[in-house]
Amino acid sequence: MKTLSLTLALCALALPAVAQDTTPAALIAGYEAAAGAKADPAAGRDLFLANHTGGKPDTPSCTTCHTNDPTKPGQARTGKAIDPLAPSATPARFTDSAKVEKWFGRNCDSVLGRACTDAEKANLLAWLSSL
Amino acid sequence: MIRPASLILCLALAATPVFAESEEEEEGEGGFRTAVAANPTFQTECGSCHIAYPAGFLPARSWTAIMAGLDDHFGENATLDDKTRTEIEGYLTQNAADVQSGWGRRDPAPGATPLRISELSWFVREHGREVSNQMKTKAKSMSNCAACHQGAAQGAFEGD
Repeated sequence: MKTLSLTLALCALALPAVAQDTTPAALIAGYEAAAGAKADPAAGRDLFLANHTGGKPDTPSCTTCHTNDPTKPGQARTGKAIDPLAPSATPARFTDSAKVEKWFGRNCDSVLGRACTDAEKANLLAWLSSL
Repeated sequence: MIRPASLILCLALAATPVFAESEEEEEGEGGFRTAVAANPTFQTECGSCHIAYPAGFLPARSWTAIMAGLDDHFGENATLDDKTRTEIEGYLTQNAADVQSGWGRRDPAPGATPLRISELSWFVREHGREVSNQMKTKAKSMSNCAACHQGAAQGAFEGD
């Protein structure tokens, strides 16, 4: 088992844990540029807190899993805890562009039944980063 | 930064099912130990919402069906890019309940393609008697193994 543990430890070293390739500010700037508009944090808050009808029935709102206070932990429908979305509470948030796009892709579809626009992404990140 | 030699070792490991302690699952009085998920992609991707369930809990045809329906994965979109999805499906089907490199000796649901581990007959039997409503509330969902089985993520499902 010792050899196995050592091998696994080497694997952990060899594989990048998290691709920290961006920052919340850089992501917001990128989405703003794509949208051609300044981010509106209040619009992001409203989108986050609202109940929607276009998506999947079990996830009518971002708050279903993330709660209405993104500085606090959320809980997935499976029962698993979700780290707070606000970067002030979870510094690693929004530092991996592929991860951000993956979860926007999944969750906008689950909650809204469509992709989020670049403007909506900018608004959401601007609000979450302001908390 | 990936070191080539280490990466080769990791890929070799990822392709080999790693069993907890012994070569196969052990059934004890209050539960059992089984293979831990040995594919880092599977653990990272699937493990972000629930524990990376042991591949040996379901037959290969179930994993194939689950991985084909990630756009509505028990009520949520859990889609992956094609490369990641293919890797995870390969791992799961190669280590499934009914294939030789997995447990290789029993099909938990002959003639059916179950999508939920919690609907397998042994699961219902094991949990029906023992799980109180209070425990169910605490776990929130039957998919939250670790709420009661503290070693679940490591393949230990003892009766704690």
